[in-house]
Amino acid sequence: MNTTFSLDGKEIPFREGQTIIQAAQADGKWIPHLCYHPEFKPHGSCKLCTVKVNGRHMASCTTQAAAGQVVESDTEELNAERRTLLQMLFVEGNHFCPSCEKSGNCKLQATAYELGMMTPHFDHFYPSRPVDASHPEVLLDFNRCILCSLCVRASRDVDKKFVFALSGRGIGTKLIVNSPTGQLADTNVGLDDKALQVCPVGVILRKRRGFAVPIGERTFDKAPISQTEEA
Amino acid sequence: MSESGNNYREPRPARVAAVLSLILDKWRRDPTALLQILREAQEALDWIPPAAVEQLAQALSLPRSKIEGVAGFYSFLYTRPQGRYRVLFADNIIERMQGSAALMERMCRSLWVEAGKVSEDGLVSVGTTSCIGMGDQGPALLVNNRVIPRLDEARIDQLCELIRGEVPLADWPAELFVVADNVRRGDILLDAGLQPGDALKAVRDRIQPTGLDASNSRSWREGLPQGLAGPAVVIDELRRSGLRGRGGAGFSTALKWDACRNAPVPVGGCRVVVCNADEGEPGTFKDRVLLNSHADLVFEGMTVAAMAVGARRGFLYLRGEYRHLLETLEAVLVRRREAGLLGEGILGIAGADFDIEIHLGAGAYVCGEESALIESLEGKRGTPRNRPPFPVTNGYLDQPTVVDNVETFACSALIAQRGGDWFAAIGTEKSTGTKLLSISGDVAAPGVYEFPFGVTIGEVLLACGASGTQAVQVGGPSGTCVNVAEFGRRIAFEDVPSAGAFMVFDATRDMFEVARNFTHFFAHESCGFCTPCRVGTSLLKNLMDKLANGHGSPYDFAEIEHMNHILQQMSHCGLGHSACNPVLDTIARFRPAYERRLSNAAFEPAFDLDRALAPARQMTGRDDEGAHLPVHFEEAQP
Repeated sequence: MNTTFSLDGKEIPFREGQTIIQAAQADGKWIPHLCYHPEFKPHGSCKLCTVKVNGRHMASCTTQAAAGQVVESDTEELNAERRTLLQMLFVEGNHFCPSCEKSGNCKLQATAYELGMMTPHFDHFYPSRPVDASHPEVLLDFNRCILCSLCVRASRDVDKKFVFALSGRGIGTKLIVNSPTGQLADTNVGLDDKALQVCPVGVILRKRRGFAVPIGERTFDKAPISQTEEA
Repeated sequence: MSESGNNYREPRPARVAAVLSLILDKWRRDPTALLQILREAQEALDWIPPAAVEQLAQALSLPRSKIEGVAGFYSFLYTRPQGRYRVLFADNIIERMQGSAALMERMCRSLWVEAGKVSEDGLVSVGTTSCIGMGDQGPALLVNNRVIPRLDEARIDQLCELIRGEVPLADWPAELFVVADNVRRGDILLDAGLQPGDALKAVRDRIQPTGLDASNSRSWREGLPQGLAGPAVVIDELRRSGLRGRGGAGFSTALKWDACRNAPVPVGGCRVVVCNADEGEPGTFKDRVLLNSHADLVFEGMTVAAMAVGARRGFLYLRGEYRHLLETLEAVLVRRREAGLLGEGILGIAGADFDIEIHLGAGAYVCGEESALIESLEGKRGTPRNRPPFPVTNGYLDQPTVVDNVETFACSALIAQRGGDWFAAIGTEKSTGTKLLSISGDVAAPGVYEFPFGVTIGEVLLACGASGTQAVQVGGPSGTCVNVAEFGRRIAFEDVPSAGAFMVFDATRDMFEVARNFTHFFAHESCGFCTPCRVGTSLLKNLMDKLANGHGSPYDFAEIEHMNHILQQMSHCGLGHSACNPVLDTIARFRPAYERRLSNAAFEPAFDLDRALAPARQMTGRDDEGAHLPVHFEEAQP
């Protein structure tokens, strides 16, 4: 039975209904991604997982695997395009890695290292995004938000709470919380909520836990993201 | 927000409740009608106050963040207080050429209001919006979503008087709101003269009596025993006609209808026919004319589609800018119901049940993309869906859905009546029939022209009285820009395709400014879902502004090409794919317009110290010479 596709020249087996990124990960092959998370419905918005399927650019998190597909992922062309997307994400928000508690555990930072992003390239947008420190235990620093909507999906699909949502449009798209005041303290968020565990960057942070693990000993300090991430 | 200054009028919760209760009843407290409910709430309250969000969240059992998310997506919905008179000038390049900027400045000065802000007394806000489909009679504006075309200084002064006098909009002189059709050339569509019901009767007559019986005894919508020609004969006629979608993509209408007809219907669901009247492509206004003067033809086409695919529900998704057409269209629907052309048992055929509901958009170009339109119809943010699955199998509320352009439905009605072969004989082999063109810009007679496909651009220019033309933007910003050498090219899917816009620029126009206007449009209209388009359209806009500010260098050309590559390859939908088109087209054809703006250096920074001081000048109210730095700061040093 022909139930494989080729990924960068290697035959990858897949099950009916699997997407390209699912099949690749199950086979231990890493495709860069930020808004994709194996536990949630794929979103397809960050476009970092874009691969070429039979010569066409497709998001691998929303494209079904099919027998005989020829998929390219780890090529200089695609990695260069991904670097540009990363640069876009860096200049769109306010990302200051050296002072960020998430440094070393941040998927945006780790993916940028992995793909060899050396500079932000574009002019920074320097948006004004006030932090939300209203909650006694949780800090929201929207400056770092990359609009992956993982917290939105986790709150909606797992916690059944709708604590987070996206509002605005275009470059003004922003993360909002579900409360009359617009502040996290006035939501029904719980400290065990899945939504608080899934942020790939440093938006959702527990207060008073700063630098519990020293820089240099964090997840992506030990090994690059391509070898660390969930298989 | 200060409570004391009466800039902000937060309505009392009781008043909000009274307003919402009527609206909620009208929309059956259906959460999928959220956008319609919000739009009507804003019409009544001037904005969407927190009390309305709170009450809607309870009444519709929706999280308030969802309501805020939807309200935050659409340009015409406001969750912050706005003026009681909300004035939005159309800001397409055509209106700019007609002098819209000076007129807006005149209004702002007269009313003491800053563009983009609400006046101190909370009376009025003045701003800009994308093209509102009035390019043939601009400059034009929207005041509380009602169109006022043909602006000049006298009209602006008149409007300022009305606003200052706080005259209710309903009491404004009716002539202000008159929108002309400006039909300049008709053909099979505009001169059809079809009577309501003609096409439907033709469909009925086309079906063999045995087919009709069989379809009645089985189900009219689910088709017929093998070998009997049922309602699907319409699809055969469409196939023979070669009709392709008029929204721009040119997909075969017969294939689309057939796919929808053959798609399984979920339990308790039905098939759906949607008319895309979100005519948002700048420079397009032909659907406005079809809906204003040929609505029966459009609704007839939708009903033909419903018969062909077996649909029970229909929607007309009308762009918010065309709010002025709503009452007319509703009246046509009522008339058609009374005539037995809509509702249950259309033309007395048992089981032929179909009705049409009108939904309005609220200022979001991306909703013209069919899957974003469906999201919007479901009361959500207008974000294009991941495809496949396509709407024909999983459309409105996951039901098989046909989405077609206004003009496509009008053509379908004609084909149903007169047959596919008749239609196929008009136009070219690959582009059958005629095309409505919305012609604006530097021409003697702007308006709507109907030509058979295959007409050359030069012939069109001659017909509309254009002279000294240097360029035509065919199909709007996401279409093609052609120059004099290409005026022999034909309007056809196989040559220069067009969704209907035809913007003409004479030799006095700066084609760089045309392209720059379009990049601002795309940045404003990007939905923000995917990284490349959300950030890339803004980066492109900034690059064009950098050139406009005299800081361009050859480096920026390379940057524009790089951005084009990323947008085309990585974007989620057509908006991102085509956002660079106007820039690339104009660079290829009008390079001197760009080169004028380039410095000789290989690289110039975008940063300009003098421009960076603009906020300081504004705060201090100074704009004299002493408040500016010398143009070349270093050179000016002694």
